[in-house]
Amino acid sequence: MSEAETMSTDTAIENSELKEEYASFVGRKVLFITLSIVGIVVLAGIAATLGSANITPVEVYSAILARFFPGNFATTDFTDTIVWQLRLHRVLMGIFAGMGLAVAGSAMQGILKNPLASPFTLGIASAASFGASLAIILGAGFVGGQYLIVGNAFVFTMLASLTVYGLAKYKGITPETMILAGIAIMYLFSAMTSFLQYVGESEEVHEVVFWMMGSLGRSSWDKVAIIALITVICTLILMAFSWDINALGAGDETAKSLGVNVEFVRVLCMMLASLVTASIICFTGTIGFIGLVAPHITRMVVGGDHRFLLPASGLVGALILLAADTVARTVLSPVILPVGIMTSFLGVPFFIYLFLKRRKDYW
Amino acid sequence: MVKITIKDLSFSYGSRRILDELNFVVGDSEVLSLVGPNGSGKTTLIKCIDRILKPKGAILLNGGRNLESLSRQEVAKLIGYVPQSTTGVLTTTVFDTILMGRKPHMGWRVSDEDIDKVVDIMKLLHVEEFALKDYSELSGGQKQRVLIARALCQEPEVLLLDEPTSNLDVKHQLEVMETVRSLVKKTRISAVMAIHDLNLAARYSDSLVMLKDGKVHAIGDPLSLLTKDNIRSIFGVEAVVMRDLDRPYVVPISSLKGEAV
Repeated sequence: MSEAETMSTDTAIENSELKEEYASFVGRKVLFITLSIVGIVVLAGIAATLGSANITPVEVYSAILARFFPGNFATTDFTDTIVWQLRLHRVLMGIFAGMGLAVAGSAMQGILKNPLASPFTLGIASAASFGASLAIILGAGFVGGQYLIVGNAFVFTMLASLTVYGLAKYKGITPETMILAGIAIMYLFSAMTSFLQYVGESEEVHEVVFWMMGSLGRSSWDKVAIIALITVICTLILMAFSWDINALGAGDETAKSLGVNVEFVRVLCMMLASLVTASIICFTGTIGFIGLVAPHITRMVVGGDHRFLLPASGLVGALILLAADTVARTVLSPVILPVGIMTSFLGVPFFIYLFLKRRKDYW
Repeated sequence: MVKITIKDLSFSYGSRRILDELNFVVGDSEVLSLVGPNGSGKTTLIKCIDRILKPKGAILLNGGRNLESLSRQEVAKLIGYVPQSTTGVLTTTVFDTILMGRKPHMGWRVSDEDIDKVVDIMKLLHVEEFALKDYSELSGGQKQRVLIARALCQEPEVLLLDEPTSNLDVKHQLEVMETVRSLVKKTRISAVMAIHDLNLAARYSDSLVMLKDGKVHAIGDPLSLLTKDNIRSIFGVEAVVMRDLDRPYVVPISSLKGEAV
């Protein structure tokens, strides 16, 4: 073999080594995502077994599979009712709500280049709380009947997002203008909610406070269907913009030079994140912690590439919310604690552990 | 052959005129440096050429296509921009940072061709040994090479560099400039850079554009442009200009305080 041929063979080997190294690096992220999915399936099974009626995980999975493959799996009417009518929709509500809140938080942190950003930073939680308070205390709202609170929370959430967008647009859409406009809106709605609480009766105020703590107790199959549909569609659209969000992390000018339509991507992602959050918290009340911390926990493990960060954050968010709700339902049974309290109790120690353990900068 | 023609290019921030009726050309496989004091408009001009800012006037590529008529993505396929290494927060690995340069050419999915391109360019710029390190862990010189690699991944016809040697020590300054120079000659692209260091500009550029107050003061090769008179009138500095390897070498002596320049 000539010297030139030897050199070209060496180069080819080096190239393939580098490619293999990168493929294995990507493979580790895919493995994390796969393990998270397995974790959710297992935890969902466990969550559905826990409660006042005593049923085993095997009975739970049999009841689920019997609906799809009636010839192959058998179940009893009692187990079927417990699983399908009482527990499974709550479990799925936890999974999709956790997923949606975490994906929204991850996207917001990416487009605003701020570790403290989440849809809640932009005034969304306070707008939803105000909408709910208005319905509970004054009985006023956009939609009547059983959807009075839900409708109000959703409408005010989207109103807050559009106002933030309008204010930021006036000054130029940058992370700073969006965050500042969001903080202003957050304080405005908080003040208005406080005023309503001040003038409300004590029972109404109690209901508002309970709503603001967040709960999966109001779940039902139709609500799960709405949340799942919006979360999945918005997550897929956000994932399609992963490279754009990655490029925004390098600065607006670099992103533009890489062909990103910076303003369009920032506004679109903000609106999608707001829509997901609004559709979730109008049914669950405000569960703020997941959107802020699930992306951070995930970023420490899979890094800052949004192709993997967005779906992995969603899965980690689903795991945290599902675990928190399961503990909240069972730890002081028969009393069910608000899940918003439990997410912080479970997630914060884990987050602090990772934060202290990790040496490298992850943000 | 002419690569870029800058024609009557002006840019203002509000009522403040930053660039005023600039006209010059950049040749094929040419390294052109923009020199001038702070506030003369060098960085603004780089951003205007890449359409990050939207100037008045025309920027023509290969004598024909006006960049104004192209979409952002089409511009990104033709022009690569290398910002100062201190800008932006990158929490990705070196490999992913360079892969980002394929953005104008690819969708969500990364093809084998994209990966091959990244590997080839990493080797060209000798950054393959820290491929899976985080960008934030690199030294200034390494970061600058990674950013150049990212821009090259765009497969541009023109490379724009904004102060590529700022914040670098002497060794890394020379490394980066040699890299740019050899890339231009190897890959037949053209490079336009905003640079403060006159001696680096003189040594590694084919031509210079001297800017002052947003206007072109002089255009030409380093030897004819870097004269005592030009340096005095552009920078307000008294300097001795010597020759080294057929290139001018500027030794600043004193600042002309209070004198109109």
